[in-house]
Amino acid sequence: MHVVYPAVLAALLFSIGVYGVLARRNTILVLMSVELMLNAVNLNLVAFDVWLGDALHGGQGLTLFVIVIAAAELGVGLAIVLAVFRNRRTVAVDRLHALAEPGDDPDGSGDPDGPGGSDDPDGTQDSGGPGARPARPRGGAV
Amino acid sequence: MTGHEMEAAVAVVLLPFLAAVAGLLATRRPWRATPPGSVDRNAYWRAAMIAVLPTLVSMLLAIWLFTIVWRLSPPAPPVEARSFWNSGWSCLLTGDLTVIDTGGIPITVGLRVDVLAALLAVLVTVVALAVQIYSVGYMRDEPRYPSYSAFISLFTSAMLLVVYAGDLIVLYVGWEVMGLCSYLLIGHWWEDRANSRAAVKAFLVTRLGDVGFLFGLFVLGAAAGSFRIDDVLAEVAYLPTPVLVTATMLILLGVAGKSAQVPLHTWLPDAMAGPTPISALIHAATMVAAGIFVVARLFPAFLLARPTLDALAIVASLGMLGAALAALAQDDLKRVLAYSTISQLAYMAGGLAAGSDLAAIFHLVTHGAFKALLFLCAGAVIHAVGSNLMKDMGGLRRSMTITFPAMTIGFAALAGLPPASGFFSKDAVLAAIEHATRSGEYLTDAAAWLLYGCALLTVAVTGAYAARAWLRTFFGPSRVHNVSLPEPEPGVAHVYDGREAPASMLWPIGALSVPALLLGFAGAGLLEWPTAVTSVVVALLGAGAVYAAWRSDPAADPARVLGPLRAPCERAFYIDAVYYRLFVAPVLWLARAVARTDDTVVDGAVRGSGRLALGASGILRRTQTGNAQLYITGILAGLLIITVAAVVLG
Amino acid sequence: MTATGLWPPTAQEVVLLLLGVVAAASALLVVTTRQIVHAALWLVVSFGALAGCYLVLTAEFVAWVQVLIYVGAVVVLLLFGIMLTRAPIGPSADLNSGNKVMAAIVALATAAVLVTTVVDGFRQAYAPLVPGRGAAKALGAGIFRNWVLPFEALSVLLLAALIGAIVISRTDIGGKD
Repeated sequence: MHVVYPAVLAALLFSIGVYGVLARRNTILVLMSVELMLNAVNLNLVAFDVWLGDALHGGQGLTLFVIVIAAAELGVGLAIVLAVFRNRRTVAVDRLHALAEPGDDPDGSGDPDGPGGSDDPDGTQDSGGPGARPARPRGGAV
Repeated sequence: MTGHEMEAAVAVVLLPFLAAVAGLLATRRPWRATPPGSVDRNAYWRAAMIAVLPTLVSMLLAIWLFTIVWRLSPPAPPVEARSFWNSGWSCLLTGDLTVIDTGGIPITVGLRVDVLAALLAVLVTVVALAVQIYSVGYMRDEPRYPSYSAFISLFTSAMLLVVYAGDLIVLYVGWEVMGLCSYLLIGHWWEDRANSRAAVKAFLVTRLGDVGFLFGLFVLGAAAGSFRIDDVLAEVAYLPTPVLVTATMLILLGVAGKSAQVPLHTWLPDAMAGPTPISALIHAATMVAAGIFVVARLFPAFLLARPTLDALAIVASLGMLGAALAALAQDDLKRVLAYSTISQLAYMAGGLAAGSDLAAIFHLVTHGAFKALLFLCAGAVIHAVGSNLMKDMGGLRRSMTITFPAMTIGFAALAGLPPASGFFSKDAVLAAIEHATRSGEYLTDAAAWLLYGCALLTVAVTGAYAARAWLRTFFGPSRVHNVSLPEPEPGVAHVYDGREAPASMLWPIGALSVPALLLGFAGAGLLEWPTAVTSVVVALLGAGAVYAAWRSDPAADPARVLGPLRAPCERAFYIDAVYYRLFVAPVLWLARAVARTDDTVVDGAVRGSGRLALGASGILRRTQTGNAQLYITGILAGLLIITVAAVVLG
Repeated sequence: MTATGLWPPTAQEVVLLLLGVVAAASALLVVTTRQIVHAALWLVVSFGALAGCYLVLTAEFVAWVQVLIYVGAVVVLLLFGIMLTRAPIGPSADLNSGNKVMAAIVALATAAVLVTTVVDGFRQAYAPLVPGRGAAKALGAGIFRNWVLPFEALSVLLLAALIGAIVISRTDIGGKD
C-alpha cells in the first residue's frame, strides 16, 4: 500500500472541509465540515501508523482520542449553536455581527444584548430544581 | 585702605536693590486690598518711604566715598592731562566678593571704586533721589505707584552696579538689568498701545546693541585672559591692534544702543512715552550715561584702537548735528529734550573720540544735572498744562514762578551760556576736539575736522532750539486751554489750573538748579578762552536768529526759519521710516511668510497625515464586518501565502 | 511484499481508491448540497466510506469505532441539532454565504499546497499491510498499557465537555447575575 493514496485522499477531504467551513452559512453545516477535516486527519494518522509499523500503536490510539475529542467538541458546539439560536433566532454565521463596530451594523443583529438578550423569558430563575424545567429546546446530550 | 569703604560701596549698590524688593513685596497689604484702579493711600506712602530713604542713604554713602577717593588723589590734575588715566587719578578701591569658576575665564564678583566711578555714582544717586522725591508728587494719583518706584530703585541699583563693577561680566549684569528696567518704566502706562510699543522698541533696539556689546566683552576678556577690569586695562597695551579694534567696535555697538547714538538712537525719542521723571532718570543719569561711562571705563583700549575712535567721531558728528536739527523742529517739549539728549550724548562721544574722557565725563556730569533739571521742569510744565505740545503752552513765566527760573538755568546750560555749568563742560569738549584737529594723535584729520565742524554747527543749533523752546513755553501769548480737557491721557492726567506744581516736585527742581548752575566751576581749570568765546558767540548767533524770528511773530513757531528743511527735521530725517522699510517691513513680511508656511506646509502635513490615516483606516475598517467566516478566510489565505513563500523563498 | 511503482495499483489500493472516491464525492456533496438534511445523510456516506478505508488499512478497531461514533452518534446528534434549530426540510437557497468564491479559492489553494507537499514527500513511501495489527486486542493493549494516562485525561475532558454542554444549553441555570 503506497502511503500517497490515503495521504492525498486525506488532503482532499481536508480541503473540502476547509471549503465547507468558509462557504457554508448554517452553523450546523460548518460543524459538519469541521468533522470532515477531523476525519481527514484521522485517515492520515491511520495511514502513517501503518507505514511506520508503530509497536505502540500511537497513530491508531491517537485516532481514537481524536474521535472522542471530536464527539465532545460537537456536543459543546451544538450546545453553543442552540444557545445562539435561542437568543438570536438564527444560526446563520454571517448574520452574527457582534464582533463588528457598533455603528457599522448593517442589520442590527450585532447588538451584543440582542433581541433575545433576556434568555430566561419564563421567569424560571427561582424555580431551580430539575423538576421545574420548562419545555424548551435543549442540546448537548453527548 | 582697610576702612569700611568697600562695605559702603556694596551698600550703595545694594540699598536701592533691597528697596526695590521691599517696594514690590511689602507695600501692598493683600488682605486689605482696594478695588483695582483706585489709589491705595497707605501703600502709596509706604512705597514713597521705601523708595526715598534708601536712595538718600545711598547718595550720602556715594558722596562720602567720593570724598575719600578725592582726598587720596592728587589735589588738582594738570591741565594738559585730558584723561583720567594719565592724570594721576588712578587711585582706586577694589574688593572682590567671590570668584565664579566658569571652567574658562573666571568671573570675579567684585566692586571697584575710582574717581570716575565715584563721581558717576554721586551723579546717579543725586539724580535718582531727585527723581524719587519728584515722583512722589508727580505720581500722586497713580494706582501703580509702588511698582513704579520699586522699578526706579532697581534701575538705580543696576546703574550703580555698572558704575562700581570691578568685572566686565558684573558690569554686563547691571547693563542688562537696566535694559529690563527701561522697558518696564517706559511701558509703565501700558494701557496705551503706543506706550508699550515704545517700551518694546527701546528694549529691542538696545538689545541689538547689547549683542555686540556682550561679544565685545568676550573678545576683550578672552584676549586679556581675565574679565577683571584692572587686569584687562593692564593687558591692553600688549594686545594686538586688530583684537582691540574688533573688541572696541563691538562694544561701541552696545554703547550706541544704550547711549542712543546713530544708528541705534531711534528708541530714545519714543521713550518719551514713559512718565516724565523716568525720562529725566534715563536721560540724565542712568541708561544713556552708561554707554559713555563704559567707553570712559575702557578708555585705554579705545585709545589704542584708532579706527574705533574714527568711527566714534563720525557717529558723534552725525548724531550731534542731526539730533540738534531734529530738536529744533519738534513741537513736543519732551521730544525736544529727547533729541537734545541724543545731541549732547554725541558731544560726549565726540569728546571721547577726541581723546579726552575727562572732558566727556565732565560734560556727562553737568549734562546729567541740567538735563535732569530740564526734564523735571518740563514735567512740572506738562503737569500744569496737561499737554506735551508747545503749541498749547506759552506765557507761563507769570504763573510758574519757580519752574521758570529753574528751566531758564537749564536751557542756558544746555545752550552753553556762561555761567551755567554747560558752558564749561561744552567748552572743555570743544577744546578737546580742537586739540584733536591739531595734534592728530587720536583721530585722522578728516574725522577730526568733520567732528569739529559739526560740533561748532551744533553749538549754534543747540542755542537755537533752546531759545525756541524757552520762548515758546514761557513767553508770548498764552495758548493754554482754560477748559477742562475732556479725557485726560494717562500720564498727563491733569487739568490746567494755572498753579505751580506741588512742593514735592518743586524741591527737587530747586535743588537741581544749583548744580546745573554752579557745577561748571569745578571744571573751570579746563576752560580755554578762545574756544569759549567762539562757542558762546556761535550759540548766541543761533539763539539770536530764533529770537528775531520769534519777535516778528510771537504766536508763530520760530522753527519756520528752517524753511524746507523743517519737515525732514521734524520727522528726524525719516530714519524711523527708513528703518521701517529696511528692517521692520521685511521682517514682518518674512514673519507672515513663515506663519503661512507653518499653517499650510507644516500644519498641512500634520493635518494631511491625520486625514490620510483616517482615510486609510476607513478603508481598513470595512474589513471588520464582524463576520467570523471572513476572518478565518483571511487567516487561512495568509497562512497559505506564508507557507508558499517560506517554501519558495526559503 | 516489496515496494513497487505507484502504477498500476494493487488490488488493495484499488479498493482504497474506490472507497476514497466515494468518500470525497460524498464529502463534496456535504458542502454543496442545498438541503441541510441531505448534507447530514451524505456525511453518513462519507464517514462509512472512510470506515472502509480504515478496514483496508488494517485498522479494524478504528473502523468500527468510526462506524459506531461518527455514523451512529455524531450524525444523530447533528440531525437533532438541525431539528432543534428549526432548519427547513426542503431545499433552501441560502445555505451558502456570500463568501463562496473566496472559500473555493482558499480551499483549492490548500488542496494544491497539501497535495503537492504530500506527493512530493511520500512518493516512495510504501507500507506493507499486516492483517491483525489494528485488531481490538493489539490496540487495547497499546492504549491501556502505554497510553493510559492520556486516556484518563481524555475521560476528564469528556466529562468537562458533558457538563459544559449541559450548562450552556440549559436555560434554567443562569449566571451569577
